[in-house]
Amino acid sequence: MDMAKKIAVTTTLNGEESIFLCEPRQTLLEALRDNLGLIGSKEGCGNGNCGACNVLLDGVLVNSCLVLAPEVEGRDVVTIEGIAEDGELHPLQQKFLEHASLQCGICTPGFIVSAKALLDDNPAPSEHDVRLWLAGNLCRCTGYDKIVRAVLDVAESDS
Amino acid sequence: MQAIDFVAPTSVDEAISALAAGSGMARPLSGGTDLIAQLQEGRLALDTVVDLKRIPELMAISINSDGLTLGASVSCHSINNNQAIRDAYPALIDSTHLIGGTQIQGRASLGGNLCNSSPAADSIPNLIAHSVTCHIAGPSGRRTVPVEEFCTAPGRNVLENGEFLVALEFPAPPANFGAAYLRFIPRNEMDIAVVGAGASVVLSDDGSTIQEARVSIGAVAPTPLFVQEAGDALAGQPVSEETLAKAADLARDAARPISDMRGTIPQRKHLSGVLTQRALRIAIDRARGTNTVDELGRLNGHG
Repeated sequence: MDMAKKIAVTTTLNGEESIFLCEPRQTLLEALRDNLGLIGSKEGCGNGNCGACNVLLDGVLVNSCLVLAPEVEGRDVVTIEGIAEDGELHPLQQKFLEHASLQCGICTPGFIVSAKALLDDNPAPSEHDVRLWLAGNLCRCTGYDKIVRAVLDVAESDS
Repeated sequence: MQAIDFVAPTSVDEAISALAAGSGMARPLSGGTDLIAQLQEGRLALDTVVDLKRIPELMAISINSDGLTLGASVSCHSINNNQAIRDAYPALIDSTHLIGGTQIQGRASLGGNLCNSSPAADSIPNLIAHSVTCHIAGPSGRRTVPVEEFCTAPGRNVLENGEFLVALEFPAPPANFGAAYLRFIPRNEMDIAVVGAGASVVLSDDGSTIQEARVSIGAVAPTPLFVQEAGDALAGQPVSEETLAKAADLARDAARPISDMRGTIPQRKHLSGVLTQRALRIAIDRARGTNTVDELGRLNGHG
């Protein structure tokens, strides 16, 4: 590999200012995992099909594998590591446990981040809304039903 | 893996310079849903990525009595959440709601969908139905191209070396205007169109006559097709299933698809007609501002 010149990126990461070095062609997912040690976001497919790497970029749900790390200069990034607050599981995380909404767990961070984006956007989604919103997150274990039930349970508990 | 440079200019002129610098292998970046995937898979040779999203003009949404000017890098998410666009151009949302899933819509732009120039792109027939004009900037200055002339072959378009798309200009919708985009896929969501159809109409004040119409079909030729003869055949005709069937026949005749893993030639020809007719029904319904299309997409009282 050629020696790539590194770029310093300043961003707000899970609520705190963060500065990291990255190569220009590194994806945000690679920078999070390899440079910042935030390994909660997973690489399932690496091309935007599976949603395992989903993060919030300025509050908008995106695949971090389809963002170049230098793009997040000055922006706000929330990863799965920023979902729990003060050591307390987020209600989505709690309900995923109660409903056994995971088996192998690789897709789970992406589902939690996506579901949080949904509930931020629409606190009272229908089952159809949940299934449509989560259509870009793939799970090979659960058959989706337990995931959908957990998300609906959080929405109903909040209302 | 080859090292690259990353630059994020803040003006169109800076972007032109950045794209001209180096060895002519700089590529503009908007949402990255095509570009970064191709880069990661080693299918794209480039030496510089020029991120256009720090340029205000590329991210602007300007809507007034002259129409809508949409920056080429505006995401589908921003369009879906813009009430003024939803009110004035509801048919545009037909495309921005079905390009990828939620997280792809968070990044993907209509400008990028157009510049990727896939024959099956879900926004292009819709842009053609809306009579969009493409605003292009480059080392020789600015120019405009009608969107139906933008794509030239699969993955190819009229952009010359160093040029990039700045904005899409939508004319103000005339009175009694309606449009729609429909696609056929063998599942509910998240797939590439087997066939797509965009249509728009302008009706008489009483809603009984089609004054103007535009029809475009996708995934049935090397580029999205503007089927001008289908629109021309509708002009001046009464709104009826017979009239719409004639336009559908012309769309079917215009389609020149290939057979591949997504569909066969006969299936795609057939779908070109069916989707054209259904998209026209929805466009008419929207132009009338009434809910006259049933769940099968049939005009009430017209079979």
